[in-house]
Amino acid sequence: MRPVALALFAGLLAGPALVPAAFAQDAADLPKQNWSFAGPFGTYDRASAQRGFQVYKEVCSACHSMKLVHYRDLSGIGFDAKQIAAIAATVEVSGGVNDDGEPFNRPGLPSDMFKSPFANDNAARAANNGALPPDQSVLLNAREGGADYIYDLLTGYADPPAGMTMGDGMNYNKYFPGHQIAMGQPLHDDQVVYSDGTKATIEQEARDVTTFLAFVANPEMEERKRLGAKAIIFLALLTGVTYAVKRRVWADVDH
Amino acid sequence: MAGLHNSEFSNPVINWIDTRLPIFTMMQKEYGSFPTPKNFNYFWNFGALATVNLLLMIATGVFLAMNYTPNTSMAFESVQRIMRDVNYGWLLRYLHSNGASMFFIVVYIHIFRGMYYGSYKKPRELLWILGVVILLLMMATAFMGYVLPWGQMSYWGATVITNLFSAIPLVGDSIVTLLWGGFSVDNPTLNRFFSLHYLMPFVLIAVVFLHVAALHITGSNNPLGIDVKTPQDTLPFHPYYTAKDSVGMCVWAMVLAALVFFAPNFLGDPANFIPANPLQTPAEIVPEWYFLPFYAILRSVPDKLGGVSMMFGSIIVLFILPWLDTSPVRSARFRPIYRVLMWVLVIDLLALGAVGAHRPEGIWVVIGRASTAWYFLHFLVLLPLLGKFEKTLPLPDSISQPVLKGGIGGGPLAGAAAAQSMEKN
Ligand code: HEC
Ligand code: HEM
Repeated sequence: MRPVALALFAGLLAGPALVPAAFAQDAADLPKQNWSFAGPFGTYDRASAQRGFQVYKEVCSACHSMKLVHYRDLSGIGFDAKQIAAIAATVEVSGGVNDDGEPFNRPGLPSDMFKSPFANDNAARAANNGALPPDQSVLLNAREGGADYIYDLLTGYADPPAGMTMGDGMNYNKYFPGHQIAMGQPLHDDQVVYSDGTKATIEQEARDVTTFLAFVANPEMEERKRLGAKAIIFLALLTGVTYAVKRRVWADVDH
Repeated sequence: MAGLHNSEFSNPVINWIDTRLPIFTMMQKEYGSFPTPKNFNYFWNFGALATVNLLLMIATGVFLAMNYTPNTSMAFESVQRIMRDVNYGWLLRYLHSNGASMFFIVVYIHIFRGMYYGSYKKPRELLWILGVVILLLMMATAFMGYVLPWGQMSYWGATVITNLFSAIPLVGDSIVTLLWGGFSVDNPTLNRFFSLHYLMPFVLIAVVFLHVAALHITGSNNPLGIDVKTPQDTLPFHPYYTAKDSVGMCVWAMVLAALVFFAPNFLGDPANFIPANPLQTPAEIVPEWYFLPFYAILRSVPDKLGGVSMMFGSIIVLFILPWLDTSPVRSARFRPIYRVLMWVLVIDLLALGAVGAHRPEGIWVVIGRASTAWYFLHFLVLLPLLGKFEKTLPLPDSISQPVLKGGIGGGPLAGAAAAQSMEKN
């Protein structure tokens, strides 16, 4: 009987937290994938995230910026200091002004932010038929459905159904709200050549780049879950001890 | 009336201070020996939980403010920087955002407790009114806090809600201009919201102090809703209720940890990961979950002024609840009809919450109107009448009497009471 009171109490606290789930708006039916980073113990599949970075660098970064990410952050998916320095050095960034007051450029450093493909939003629109490719730093968190949505979007290009008139320069996509997206299909089979020999099917590329986008959107996730497991275990023990103390204290009360 | 306090503390340092400023005597009186009804169930944890939750919000908020930039061109990025580049910044931010949700869960349960056991009735009317003031302040604080990260929902939520004030006749537009500090939600709005968001929790502390001061004058209500008659009915607050509150706090911390560490964005809206864009209205403007029932009431009335009045009215009725409820019996345990009505009201509010999360189309309009009507019917019609017609059950003579007999039955919460009385087995 004793744990019942406690369970009741926990339920009371937790119950309302779950209610909003039932209230979620009717999201489109998205096919679900298994993700290495899902669940309470999930981590980013290092190899997949590194391949995903390659896809980002060779494909997406032509249009999409990633302004909140440093090159050094790549250590989170297993790149070592030397690899990161080499990756950063492939770009030219502004070094401010030199001693003569002249602006100059220098090779990128690990402490630099990812270099954006366009100088500003207007330039990005001009190059993309008027549409703005959104920054990808937290893009995965910014869409209902998260990783599943990104994957489905990237693999969801198809011919428009008969009778549907497409806007100028628009592409049909099964999962994009409204089905007309300004981004042309970015991924195709063998779009990139993976150095680890993985076959670059469109599904594989989409899965890899989505894993990478999940990492850049939530770089703290692995540490968060590790700390969380410790916190929950500690709190569970503390709850047990506290409850035992409470029962001791109340043992002699007629109530 | 001046004069040194005759302190009973033996520790010389404490005695020295207490003689000059008797805070130790006060703490001992109000939280040590304070006589508290012996029959509390776990619903009586939630006031203490709310206090701790408020402190958590202030503690995390102060550190967030050290790294936050209240400028429309930098606010979004500064928040993302806190998440990425500040040591344990993600922990601070997720504690603060999920802490706000927990705060509302705790306070909503706390209010439910007050309603179910009739804690608002004489002589606790003012205590209750201070509680409703706390609720309003909390809502204002949470609303302004949500604007600070300057995402799409921040911006458009602020626009929709501040615009409501324009419905007020004559002065409405001036009020809106004042809130905005200009002619649209912009940098001045963000600046004043930040300033007020930092200020209000300290006002809350002051009102909570008054709330607790009033509580310590009337003494606590209890699940039976009858007055304390003899010292046998009470226990000293410490160690009995400090121990019991600690259990609740551990469970509260566990729920919060589960959210923060494993589902930190579960209660949030993805659209707030998109920087605010005044030129692009999101497909759907939805407030945080804890405002959904009120948002539903707002949208259920076809007229703007009417909707705004009903929305604010839904909280105003709480102020006069002590006088709307005419029954002399406090606890729902002895009020067979009121007990059912309380649970119907809970379902009604959940329905309103669901309505608030959906576009006002089709069936949702019907549900929204019906549950809005029921909400006001409950408070304005049923409660005043119920006091006259309801046949209440006989009240026990004292708190110790039913306790000694091993608990009395009845009511959906009898399970908790029974579990409690069996604890000594
Ligand atoms: C040729 C330029 C270009 C390339 C290359 C490109 N994108 Fe896009 N992307 C765009 C544009 C333009 C939009 C805006 C589409 C719109 O709003 O209709 C967009 C939008 C998106 C969106 C947001 C869809 C939504 O729900 O609003 C995602 C996700 C996305 N791109 C992912 C990617 C990924 C992943 C890659 C690399 C594999 C990539 N893009 C490569 C131009 C590009
Ligand atoms: C910041 C939010 C709040 C804090 C920190 C707070 C704090 C407390 C505390 C510490 C107690 C004593 C412990 C208890 O009985 O649970 C209490 C009691 C009470 N509170 Fe609150 N409270 C808050 C909000 C509210 C609100 C919004 C209401 C009602 C609208 C309310 C109504 C009451 C009543 C009626 C009591 C006396 C209960 C009784 O003994 O029966 N409180 N509050």
